[in-house]
Amino acid sequence: MIFARAERRTLDIAGGLALGGVLVFVGAATAVLLAHAGSSGAPLFDAYIGRVARFTLVQAALSTLLSIVLAIPVARALARQRTFPGRVWIIRLSVVPLGLPALVAALGVVEIWGRQGVVNDLLRLAGLQNPVSVYGLAGILIAHVFFNLPLAARFMLAALDRIPPEYWLSSANLGMGSGAVFRLIEWPVIRRVLPGIAGLVFMLCATSFTIVLTLGGGPAATTIEVAIYQALRFDFDPQRAVLLAFLQIAVTAALLWLISLFGRLPEEGMTAGRAIRRFDGCCRRVSDGVVILFFTLFTAAPLAATLISGLAADFGKLAADAQLHRALATSLAISLASATLSLTIALPVVLVPRLAESGDGGVATRLMGRALPAVGSLILLVPPVVVATGWFLMLRSFGETGRFAPFVVTVLNALMALPFVTRVLEPAYRTHLSRTARLALSLGVTGWRRFLRIDWPALKKPFLTAFAFAMALSLGDLGAVAIFGADGFVTLPWLLYSRMASYRTADAAGIALILGVLCLLLTLPSTAPDRQTERPGSDA
Amino acid sequence: MRTAFLSSIAALAVSLAFPAFAQEKTLTVYTYESFVSEWGPGPKVKEAFEKSCGCKVEWVGVADGVELLTRLKLEGEGTKADLVLGLDTNLITEAKATGLFEPHGLKPEGLTVPGGFSDDTFLPYDYGHFAVVYDTEALKTPPASLKDLVEGDPSQKIVIEDPRTSTPGLGLLLWVKSVYGDKSAEAWAKLKDRVLTVTPGWSEAYGLFTKGEAPMVLSYTTSPAYHVIAENTERYKAAAFSEGHYIQIEVAGLTRTSHDKDLARQFLTFMTGPDFQSIIPETNWMMPAAKTRDPLPAAFDALVKPEKTFLMSSDEVAANRKAWIDEWLGAMSAK
Repeated sequence: MIFARAERRTLDIAGGLALGGVLVFVGAATAVLLAHAGSSGAPLFDAYIGRVARFTLVQAALSTLLSIVLAIPVARALARQRTFPGRVWIIRLSVVPLGLPALVAALGVVEIWGRQGVVNDLLRLAGLQNPVSVYGLAGILIAHVFFNLPLAARFMLAALDRIPPEYWLSSANLGMGSGAVFRLIEWPVIRRVLPGIAGLVFMLCATSFTIVLTLGGGPAATTIEVAIYQALRFDFDPQRAVLLAFLQIAVTAALLWLISLFGRLPEEGMTAGRAIRRFDGCCRRVSDGVVILFFTLFTAAPLAATLISGLAADFGKLAADAQLHRALATSLAISLASATLSLTIALPVVLVPRLAESGDGGVATRLMGRALPAVGSLILLVPPVVVATGWFLMLRSFGETGRFAPFVVTVLNALMALPFVTRVLEPAYRTHLSRTARLALSLGVTGWRRFLRIDWPALKKPFLTAFAFAMALSLGDLGAVAIFGADGFVTLPWLLYSRMASYRTADAAGIALILGVLCLLLTLPSTAPDRQTERPGSDA
Repeated sequence: MRTAFLSSIAALAVSLAFPAFAQEKTLTVYTYESFVSEWGPGPKVKEAFEKSCGCKVEWVGVADGVELLTRLKLEGEGTKADLVLGLDTNLITEAKATGLFEPHGLKPEGLTVPGGFSDDTFLPYDYGHFAVVYDTEALKTPPASLKDLVEGDPSQKIVIEDPRTSTPGLGLLLWVKSVYGDKSAEAWAKLKDRVLTVTPGWSEAYGLFTKGEAPMVLSYTTSPAYHVIAENTERYKAAAFSEGHYIQIEVAGLTRTSHDKDLARQFLTFMTGPDFQSIIPETNWMMPAAKTRDPLPAAFDALVKPEKTFLMSSDEVAANRKAWIDEWLGAMSAK
């Protein structure tokens, strides 16, 4: 038993509300679109869609594989080397790509890897004349790895940091080599979080749109998401859009299920809460340094390019730009609200399955324990444009649709962030509960008191990290604003695109810089050094 | 966390502050976002029209012309729009098919749109010819015709837009169709080697171009004017093609459900008059559809003026768009 009776009831209710809320929010929108007249009656599955679906899966699988395989040595190196200048900034950087609109990230990648990019300049210096072209599968993979490698490494690093520090003491005493440490200590922990990370990266890559088209070199590189967008906009065939979304969910879910078979629950080790000290760090300094250096160059270079183009903007003018002020205020309000909502929904999504596992819940709890994580992660596959269009249709009979835009955008962003938030919180909570739940219960510390006294102090960092992820995601999302297009409701990405569309590239670059800096600032609370000794399980 | 939530709700409420409803009559105009942005024609047009109409102009800006039509289809009869400004001629057939528009009944004089476009429901307010814009620092001899572009050196790349997701992309598709007819698939198969990449929209393509990734981009004959006037550089030029250029005409129409059709008609008349037209060139970076008060700025005089203009009827486009896009997909996706 890990929850008191009152807590079990609260969790059941919260789980029901979260599950019902998400299903109604998405379900209602899809139902309305399905019922909307205007289908062209074109066959859903033709050779074109077949090709598109195949390409979607192939590029997403390759992107995921690359991101994950490269993330393992990076996370190991960062976990081993605990003190070097700039370490915390490397960890902070991993959030920034999330908060950049795809267009900005694509242009950043091009500045490094493009025909006129830094890499080709270096090759030319080395005497090679023919430029390397990234346009095609290579470009898509580079951009996706740029987005997802830091994310995957961050999640793995958090998992490694939850290993009881006593293990490192023992492994040093036993004289274990790097291979044995990996096999016996690190790999079991990484394997536990791997399916979750791989699933998330896979979904992000499968639903990629701007990156795939812009860097893909031609229409042979098309994802289902592009077909959905086309069906909804140029062809205005809402039913087809919804059916394509179902297709996207079906094929991706099948793959995610396969990935999940790979996972295995680890045994949780007990710890006295000493500080993490890696005795094997000293002898790997050079090789770890090389890994970390390459990782940092790869991630930071496109960001630096974005920074440099951003600095060319006229910040004096931007600082006095009333529209920018409004957009900044709107974006911050929306992202704060959506991150809060996302964390609120995430709590039952994370905790109800724990309750179900403990065997204390009823049938409903067990069902929710299975449904909540599935719904919480598959939400990323439902195209926001489809849900937003559905809600637009529903809300138009209640007057001025623009008035509802902020709420729809907030909820949509909260749901999109849910898979990130749960992946930060779930492993941390699992470890935390296994270490404290029974003791807390036997001491009678339950409910809010348990949350404030026991959970929050230990889980503060994962909570703040999840909050930063959710806010960054919301800040960078262009999303549903385009559908509602209400006068006065302007977010930063919307303003960025609008400036770009009227030739004002310098302004757009300046706004991109502001977005990047905001995302970096968001990570400060979650990565601030502890005043007391670092506690295991407290760093995510 | 609860305080954070409450304060963000409060902030949301603040961001929702809409202008209070005025007592005077209101004209609601649906348009695309860049039209109403601070830099666009919107603010000046509003000011000029409100001086004479004793009314208030309310803009609703959506992403672009295609989104505008989608929005109308979603709203149906319940639309608040009195006027819809910003569709292009390719969308006219579909727009009429919604049954939401009614003939304007106006006979504007002095329209200067090439190709003699006229329609009983939609009036033009500006136009631009599609053109290949090139970087004079990277390309010394630009293609002089579409044929040159198709058959030229494949190492000199061009960035184009996707006809499935963007209007310029569809424009190029129709341009190639107008010149090559039945041979379009072969032309695309050849051009494919010169295409660096196909972007979802104009912004991505133009961004890649100005970053120097390709010496050419599909844009408008008017693009160089922006660089001359706003950035004081003659680096970017449009290439004149001997076969002629495909035109994009932006139009506005009056909705059947408009609350004040007289006011809407008054706006349409104003739209084709010199007060509105004089605002267009340097804010929307398109050619005015009628006479302006003063001669156009010098930068506009220097622009490519196509001798021949291609324009397919919107019925023809609506009937063939899907087949032509499939043809394009086939030619461009082949290995």
